Amino acid sequence: MEHIVIIGNGISGVTAARHIRKLSDKKITLISAETDHFFSRTALMYVYMGHMKFEHTKPYEDWFWKKNRIELKNGYVETVETESKTLHFTDGDTLTYDKLIIATGSKSNKFGWPGQDLNGVQGLYSKQDLDALEVFAPNKNICKRAVIVGGGLIGIELTEMLNSRDIPVTFLVRESSFWNGVLPEGDSAMINRQIKNHHIDLRLSTNLKEIVSDGNGKANAVIIEETGEKIPCDFVGLTAGVSPNIDFLKGTSIETAKGVLVNRYLETNIKDVYAIGDCAEQREAIGNRRPVEAVWYTGRMMGEVIAQTICGHKMKYNPGHWFNSAKFFDIEYQTYGWVFTKPKEGHLHFHWKHVDDTKCITIEYNASTNEFLGINTFGIRMRHEVFDRWLTEKQTIDYVILHLGKANFDPELYHHFEGDIQRAFKNQLQNLQL
Amino acid sequence: MSNKLNYSMSLAKPDAKDFSLKQKVAIGIGIIGLFILVLALFNADINHSGWVLTTALGLIVLGTIWFSNSVYLSESKGIKNDGVWFKSISSRGLIGWATGIVLTLFYIVLYFYPHLLGLGKDGAPNTGLVALFDPLSQLLSGRPASQWFVYGALYTMAILVFGYKFFLKYRHNRYEQIRTGSVMFFQLAFAFLIPEFMYVMNSDLPYYDLKSIWPLNYYLFDSWSIKGFLSAGTIGLILLIFGVVSIFIITPILTYKYGKRWYCSWVCGCGGLAETAGDPFRHLSSKKLSSWKLERWLIHAVLVFSVVMTMATIYSFLGNNPDSYWLTKSLFIKLSIGFLSLIFLLFMLFKRKEFGKDAKNASIGYAVVISLVLIMHFTGTTDQIFFIKSSSLRSAYGLYIGSIFSGVIGTGFYPIFGSRVWCRFGCPMAAILGLQQRLLSKFRITTNGGQCISCGNCSTYCEMGIDVRAYAQKGENIVRSSCVGCGICSAVCPRGVLKLENDGLKGRINPTEILLGNDVNLMDLVNQNN
Ligand SMILES: Cc1cc2nc3c(=O)[nH]c(=O)nc-3n(C[C@H](O)[C@H](O)[C@H](O)COP(=O)(O)OP(=O)(O)OC[C@H]3O[C@@H](n4cnc5c(N)ncnc54)[C@H](O)[C@@H]3O)c2cc1C
Ligand code: SF4
Ligand code: SF4
Repeated sequence: MEHIVIIGNGISGVTAARHIRKLSDKKITLISAETDHFFSRTALMYVYMGHMKFEHTKPYEDWFWKKNRIELKNGYVETVETESKTLHFTDGDTLTYDKLIIATGSKSNKFGWPGQDLNGVQGLYSKQDLDALEVFAPNKNICKRAVIVGGGLIGIELTEMLNSRDIPVTFLVRESSFWNGVLPEGDSAMINRQIKNHHIDLRLSTNLKEIVSDGNGKANAVIIEETGEKIPCDFVGLTAGVSPNIDFLKGTSIETAKGVLVNRYLETNIKDVYAIGDCAEQREAIGNRRPVEAVWYTGRMMGEVIAQTICGHKMKYNPGHWFNSAKFFDIEYQTYGWVFTKPKEGHLHFHWKHVDDTKCITIEYNASTNEFLGINTFGIRMRHEVFDRWLTEKQTIDYVILHLGKANFDPELYHHFEGDIQRAFKNQLQNLQL
Repeated sequence: MSNKLNYSMSLAKPDAKDFSLKQKVAIGIGIIGLFILVLALFNADINHSGWVLTTALGLIVLGTIWFSNSVYLSESKGIKNDGVWFKSISSRGLIGWATGIVLTLFYIVLYFYPHLLGLGKDGAPNTGLVALFDPLSQLLSGRPASQWFVYGALYTMAILVFGYKFFLKYRHNRYEQIRTGSVMFFQLAFAFLIPEFMYVMNSDLPYYDLKSIWPLNYYLFDSWSIKGFLSAGTIGLILLIFGVVSIFIITPILTYKYGKRWYCSWVCGCGGLAETAGDPFRHLSSKKLSSWKLERWLIHAVLVFSVVMTMATIYSFLGNNPDSYWLTKSLFIKLSIGFLSLIFLLFMLFKRKEFGKDAKNASIGYAVVISLVLIMHFTGTTDQIFFIKSSSLRSAYGLYIGSIFSGVIGTGFYPIFGSRVWCRFGCPMAAILGLQQRLLSKFRITTNGGQCISCGNCSTYCEMGIDVRAYAQKGENIVRSSCVGCGICSAVCPRGVLKLENDGLKGRINPTEILLGNDVNLMDLVNQNN
């Protein structure tokens, strides 16, 4: 029986395992050094905030794996010998495979800041990070102030987490406005205000210079690059992005760049070795997508595809229209298609914001053909299926605005804003024509 | 973190947000109100003229309102679940257990030892807690209070004040607000006030909460109840007919259009308490597959029991002689079997696909009911069925299901098993509505394409223990007989994945993996292979 070995029990590895089991009878081994059972990384914040216990983050009950004959191995892979198809573990153990799937995810970026390895300085990625957080920032008495470095999705989550335990947070953001490498100005500005409304000390256009030690190996302050200001703190969160977790592949014959290089079939340069999820890097980018795409959905979709290939229906990774979602404190965000920070050449933005400052949308469209290209929606839920269809049908923005009600996914009895949005759109059109 | 587990057993909370001074004072005020009730309970020598009661209830209401304002109004609108699993009361900690035990004891006393509450025996004047409520009862219906009046008043107050708290907690969510307004209204008007006024109008009428429908209202067809209605003249007859119409006509129509939520989380009193006072405990329900199995077995067993019990009750007071009354024992049996068989056949003919693997269980259930009824008919006598006294069957049901299950376990154990134990495992009404919801309703929870991140908030906060995530992460709609449509899964989802909707029957149950994201051909393939 063919032995499929998967390194990494995150969403990509687990999806692959589940689908291979559905499609075949192969022997499957799932390896991880992080936790025995798959849990949802995206839910780590809710454990710290007391919304859930860790066990609630596990999408499958513990008996699931045995029942589906997916063998679990807890161990850290130190290196891969592709000639003999053997994995070597740190504890000296070995395991041979017929086909190998690398799904090792990401690790938090550290940019060589002085003091970045002190106690009380960490990223937020793994279960171990969560445990460390409970040690260094369990409450506002032990952690009198926290500093978060890096204004991305994980940074704002960590800020919200600490804030939920009344720990004062200083949030250092390199950009001039929160996440404005991705969000257009109007959207980003609204989130800035949302952050400040939650009593966060938000510092825009601010870089970290160094982290100061208390002399006992623990952080007790940070120094700001621009002003030299010293901010005393007991915890420093480094959330300046993630990068593929592939150090253990150094010195093997598997070709890597930022991540493990794969073609559209998710194959590496070595036969019978594949890579999926956060750690995979496309040799050529697909559409507007980045070569490394560290999002949950990508890992899941790659897991579905690789299972097909391994079970004999060789299949290209062919993702559909881009979508994503996040939540910024109380404001939910969803996006479908592509909306860029500034409209791309020949494109325009339509922006609408509700007076209560918690809802807005931005639509990107083609200025000459009016083709709808993408939407960011904040505080209003929208239907994935509908936007996916409209993007495929290449509908115009006029059509989308007129039928926006069809895409609404807010709970029943909510107030609707389509009328408001339509009026705003008409006004903008008139202004453009003048 | 596993070490969090221990936190909940300690009275001090090392890391969660603590109560502010204002909140502590508010809690103190509420406790003084409760304490007055306890004093009354122990027959302390207090004035029973009405103002003591007013003060006690007033303090409880004031304390809760002030507390809620302080907790929620000072914060932004949004999901307020911070620290739920750290607080002792809401994470099976010491306070949680203590509350559970006190509530359970209260129910035991209420059901089995009402004289301990001060109920006067054989017309003697009330004392203690019951006497404290006499003035209110006199005011509403001109008669002294009973233990049920006390219970009804406290129950209604709980729904109102905790409803207010819930209102503030979900003040960003109009579905939750309007739904809560509805349960508060139905409890106050239909369960509490209208029955009292009906008594004033016509004192022959048995207590009748119009919204309490058979089989939840299992005593509707008891002989004393039927006699009461019939002896109360036209109004009694109208009410009795309304009772029959509500279960056989109104209920199916509304459930078809809106799912069982129209009743379970908008109207029902048990649901009302669970959604308001029980809200802080909703996440304690078990999500295990084994609990789901137990649930299906238990709730349908109760349904069978209640149907057979009701038929036995009616059967036992019918006669054999068609000349004295048209509905004879044998005609009743024939009609009942005919009706049950018709329903069973219709479902099997038109809903076989939706039944899926459950068709076998449904057939077993049907066969059990029919054989029990036949056994009853052929072995029963006027006062003996199943070789036991017919009234003992009815009292066994009242005792084990009506009192112990729905009251003592259902509500007393809120802080241990969550707020919907009765609704999930025991309520025969929920079982009937659930069958309809699954097979013949436009209601479903739609999943938003591929947006789910499997975080588990929805499953954790589902009071019915439905593993919502298991469906959402597969892009599958949630069509479950137990879903009461509370809407909380949708509210707590951080990615906007879930929407409760009523829509056409086609494509309602979509068990194939239509996950959006990957291109469509792949999905064709996945579905083919299934
Ligand atoms: C706090 C947080 C919030 C997030 N929120 C979102 C969100 O809202 N939406 C979204 O789309 N994405 C989100 N993400 C990103 C998303 O979680 C990741 O894209 C996704 O988990 C990646 O899955 P994966 O299977 O590729 O890798 P991982 O989930 O990282 O799994 C890899 C596993 O492999 C193990 N491993 C690595 N190397 C070895 C080795 N040598 N030997 C043995 N085991 C090894 C790791 O320990 C890990 O358990 C979030 C991430 C974080 C950290
Ligand atoms: S599935 Fe959702 S709506 Fe239904 S009972 Fe559970 S939480 Fe409520
Ligand atoms: S809460 Fe939403 S995102 Fe989280 S598991 Fe449930 S449906 Fe998925």
